[in-house]
Amino acid sequence: MSRRTTGLAIEAEGLTRSFGETRALAGLDLEVPAGAVYGVLGPNGAGKTTAVRVLATLLRPDGGRARVFGHDVVAEADAVRARVSLTGQYASLDEDLSGTENLVLLGRLLGLRRPAAQERAEQLLAAFGLTDAAGRQVKKYSGGMRRRIDIAASILNTPDLLFLDEPTTGLDPRSRNQVWEIIRAVVAHGTTVLLTTQYLDEADKLASRIAVVDHGRVIAEGTPGELKSSVGSGTVHLRLRDPEQRSEAERLLRAALGVPVQLEPDPVAMTARVGGDGSDLDASAQAARALGELAGAGIVVDDFSLGQPSLDEVFLALTDHPAVPAEAERDDELEAAR
Amino acid sequence: MSSDTATSTGPAPTVYVPSSEALATVLAPGARPPRPGPLSASLTFSWRALLKIKHVPEQLFDVTAFPIIMVLMFTYLFGGALAGNPRDYLQFFLPGIMVTSVVMITMYTGVGLNTDIEKGVFDRFRTLPVWRPAALVGMIVGDVLRYVLAAVVILSVGLALGFRPDGGVLGVLAGIGLLVVFSFAFSWVWTFFGLVLRSEKSVMGASMMVLFPLTFLSNVFVDPSTMPGWLQAFVKANPITHLVSSVRAAMAGTSDAPSMMWTVVWSALFVVVFGTLTMHRYNRR
Repeated sequence: MSRRTTGLAIEAEGLTRSFGETRALAGLDLEVPAGAVYGVLGPNGAGKTTAVRVLATLLRPDGGRARVFGHDVVAEADAVRARVSLTGQYASLDEDLSGTENLVLLGRLLGLRRPAAQERAEQLLAAFGLTDAAGRQVKKYSGGMRRRIDIAASILNTPDLLFLDEPTTGLDPRSRNQVWEIIRAVVAHGTTVLLTTQYLDEADKLASRIAVVDHGRVIAEGTPGELKSSVGSGTVHLRLRDPEQRSEAERLLRAALGVPVQLEPDPVAMTARVGGDGSDLDASAQAARALGELAGAGIVVDDFSLGQPSLDEVFLALTDHPAVPAEAERDDELEAAR
Repeated sequence: MSSDTATSTGPAPTVYVPSSEALATVLAPGARPPRPGPLSASLTFSWRALLKIKHVPEQLFDVTAFPIIMVLMFTYLFGGALAGNPRDYLQFFLPGIMVTSVVMITMYTGVGLNTDIEKGVFDRFRTLPVWRPAALVGMIVGDVLRYVLAAVVILSVGLALGFRPDGGVLGVLAGIGLLVVFSFAFSWVWTFFGLVLRSEKSVMGASMMVLFPLTFLSNVFVDPSTMPGWLQAFVKANPITHLVSSVRAAMAGTSDAPSMMWTVVWSALFVVVFGTLTMHRYNRR
């Protein structure tokens, strides 16, 4: 009944791919266990999309090799295609056609007979809350609806591996949450998901393992926890009741945390990094101690938060350069592929 | 007071909340159906082309208005000068302008493919485990319908203006049949262009560079015997010339075996050479 697979969904070794002068992949290694969400995290231009396109058999690598469920993506592309689905960053449906027509078209191409394809389309549209928009042209859908029908199209054949290339980029928070819920449901039913994202937060919430990609190679890999503790810092954000007490609070914090404290434009707000190098305590313990010192000195804290390191901080820690968006990857690719 | 509350609330906006039960039903892995065969997959893709015509009927402008303009314009522009009067000229000219118009329309195959790729739809098609050329074959089969439509429009205008084919219904059908077969084959040139060139505009530009000399330097508009020798040599080798001769012969109820043979040879050549190049390019990207 279940087609749940175990072992490795993806094994990639030393993948390279260049577009003219641009080295999109520079020896990418990846091992993706089956049955979970695997996050590929990196800024624009890091090579995420190129990696996905190679693994989904859309692009041939210049060098290296990759297997999906044991099938080589070049030599056995057809066997790979039978088990994967891709929801790309760009339109992956025919925008001139209605939602139903797109799904029926794909159902037919996957071998369903006309009535079965129609029934499957209706089921999917209902499950993704698109029944009302079923007859509308896809180009008239909102961003969130677009993403949903893209994903619906990708799970039409309940693939064993689903590639989601930045599925939430450009979505409002509510649509993003809907996509997250869908991804969780997809994984719960045994499909492996490879998710690329620019947001550490998203990878953290969904992925059981994350590969951080920069300049076409993996620069760090592990569980979200391992990754964050390897970076080892978070941000404490404080708002005091009395602006008069801020300089006193700053002095105490600097002493307790051993790091510079940044004063915000808001006269009661300040931030500091915690859990950085040279401390034997983790970020929350350090923050708790600092908070204790402030309370001891009679400083009233109205608002306190401990944030995770941002992608920028992860990048700074791993590469010594911030996650600046490089030139759009796919544009390069289109240029060079012609 | 309760009516106030009702009006301010209005119809509740329907917010999609993913329901795990509903998702569970669509995610339950069913038995995978067997893959569609090449023919079935190609026909499904041509169904897509028909749906596009349904949603964007404006795209039929180029197979209706454009051919009408071509017929009217050239018949009355050249007719008197070349054949004494437009009506006599039409008798010679109609099969030729039919070929010219339909062959010119074939370039939209390349433009359409280029747009599809630019938008990303082909990424999904290319990850499907179906017979590889199906997406392109289906697209061209859909276009063949447009070619037939254009040919019928031109024929109707011609008949209204006084074109009287001696070959009768069968001759006309045979002529249109030849034209459609050739156009199907010729479309593969444009799928290659559509894959290789960067933008819709450059596909258009390059197509025009090919189409203008090919259609004008032929026997469509005038008898080549008045042309200088070097030009005659080109005209004689031009596949459009062979196609026009064979269509003209079919519609006139005669037969031109050498032209017919050349038309078939050229058609086969286009499919083999440009079909192969197209598929090579399509798989390589």
